[in-house]
Amino acid sequence: MNIPVYDLVIIGAGPAGMSAAATASSHGLKIVILDEQTAPGGQIYRSISNPAIADENILGADYYHGRSLLTAMRYANVDYLPGSIVWAVSPDLSISFSRAGKSSQIKAKKLLIATGAQERPVPFPGWTLPGVLTCGAAQILLKSSGLTPAAPLILAGSGPLLLLIAAQLNRAGVEIEAILDTTPKGRYLKSLRYLPAALRNLPLLIKGVGLLVELKRSGIRYVNNVSQLKALPGSNQLLSKLQYSVDNRIETSSCTTLLVHQGVVPNVQLTRALQLEHQWDELQQCWKPSLDSWGESSQAGIFVAGDSGGIAGARAAEYMGELTAQRIAQQLGKLNKESLLKQTAKAGRLLYQQQAIRPFLDAMYQPADEFLKPSDETLVCRCEEVTAGQIRGMVAQGCTGPNQTKAFSRAGMGPCQGRLCGLTVAQIIADERKVPVKDVGYYKIRSPIKPLTIGEIADLAE
Amino acid sequence: MPNALPFKRLTTNSTEWITVYIEGQPVKIRQGDSAAAAVLVAGLQPSRTTVVSGSGRAPYCMMGVCFECLLKIDGVENVQGCMTPACDGMQIVSQQQARQLNRTDFSDSDLSSANLSNKNLTDKKNEDPSV
Repeated sequence: MNIPVYDLVIIGAGPAGMSAAATASSHGLKIVILDEQTAPGGQIYRSISNPAIADENILGADYYHGRSLLTAMRYANVDYLPGSIVWAVSPDLSISFSRAGKSSQIKAKKLLIATGAQERPVPFPGWTLPGVLTCGAAQILLKSSGLTPAAPLILAGSGPLLLLIAAQLNRAGVEIEAILDTTPKGRYLKSLRYLPAALRNLPLLIKGVGLLVELKRSGIRYVNNVSQLKALPGSNQLLSKLQYSVDNRIETSSCTTLLVHQGVVPNVQLTRALQLEHQWDELQQCWKPSLDSWGESSQAGIFVAGDSGGIAGARAAEYMGELTAQRIAQQLGKLNKESLLKQTAKAGRLLYQQQAIRPFLDAMYQPADEFLKPSDETLVCRCEEVTAGQIRGMVAQGCTGPNQTKAFSRAGMGPCQGRLCGLTVAQIIADERKVPVKDVGYYKIRSPIKPLTIGEIADLAE
Repeated sequence: MPNALPFKRLTTNSTEWITVYIEGQPVKIRQGDSAAAAVLVAGLQPSRTTVVSGSGRAPYCMMGVCFECLLKIDGVENVQGCMTPACDGMQIVSQQQARQLNRTDFSDSDLSSANLSNKNLTDKKNEDPSV
């Protein structure tokens, strides 16, 4: 079988993948982008080639910035393969992917993983009820379909995306019953020590304040210090009420849709399956692959750029994609070390400015304990329906890590392959054992990293 | 049958509109909508029941991570709705618990085409009369 070989294979067409492709093609590299989505943009610039909403004020200028990346990518000489689900990467950089139900293989001289972020799991009693969605899901529905959630609508959680989607829905004329902010008391004080560094990215800070002012002026009920979320079903088993605690008082509100959010975390499924070295980020409370300043991982030739290498946002992903692509071009002999440093100086400065604000945001919006280590009754593994109490019970019986609880309970063995329970299970075990999360570890992720039919695997034998 | 309050559509850029069938009911959606978005437009909630307890679920993340939007699309079970662009005439129904394996998936012709010897088949039959 003749396998096509590329200088650079990029997985993901978000800001990191798009900018890396444009930069690398300027050096004449043979490039392919394998994108899970049907069009470029990733999640942040989703549907940017064909935005659904007519009124561009709703999503705002930051979203349409994605058009500049799209234009650069279109002018670049890049093979773009949308709808490609990468399911295995071997150590010699042979990549197996499925497209329109058929599998094929390509080979890379250098691999760039730009698979972005996913929303942090937000476990609380009732989070599996139909009607509970993530804030990211609501934003995707806005961007790609112009759809808005059924009322009455409540938003609950913590973080910049919660405020952004609230403002966007408000601009779209959607009535929001309440925004319930679960940021724990004292976080503003705790994050203050990171404020001087954050001032290096003043434009973003000002934007954040602007969002808060916009929401305040909108007259939407904004409740601070909310805790103990509990979603309750109606007679039809759909979400009908949200119960929560504020200032030690229990309140209940009717709602049809509840949008939740507790920040985003790197999508580590592929980097884990490749057994790259990972490290625990205490401030961001998540795992990320260990990378050098050019984005190269513990395995030579495999690079990671954008949020899949650690959360820093869309602009940082764009600059990191550029830096990484220049480094790859240099390793492939397209430019020398001196011109590499010269050509990456500007992107490096811009990246530094974007990264400067992160510790402030990360300290401010670190999830409350109840979402990191949920109550016993809470389902942590949505696929296999395993509760936090069951995980605690297994620790009491001697389980020391997530791979053991997985073997005993199937937590992490369903179709999502641990994406929605991995962090929670590890954190519960660490908490029970009173050891750091990094000592507990993570699920052993194995290929295929997406469910496949036997037929799709058999394709490769032909 | 669709029973939940549906998601609403804002004024969108001009595009083609297509018809999909949600549990047999025609629903008009925008070309480019995913099958999971179509389910939310129709108000089909829950859109699946779980394998373990049979409890109801509906689309949750819309970005291919959570697998809560598994649907039966054009007769194929366990399809990730949010990763599947809807197309005109598509038949979408809820996924009921685990995928059903049909006996026809393992017909005798499949076995003979897999080049199994008759002896093996006979031996197997002797071991287990239900085969």
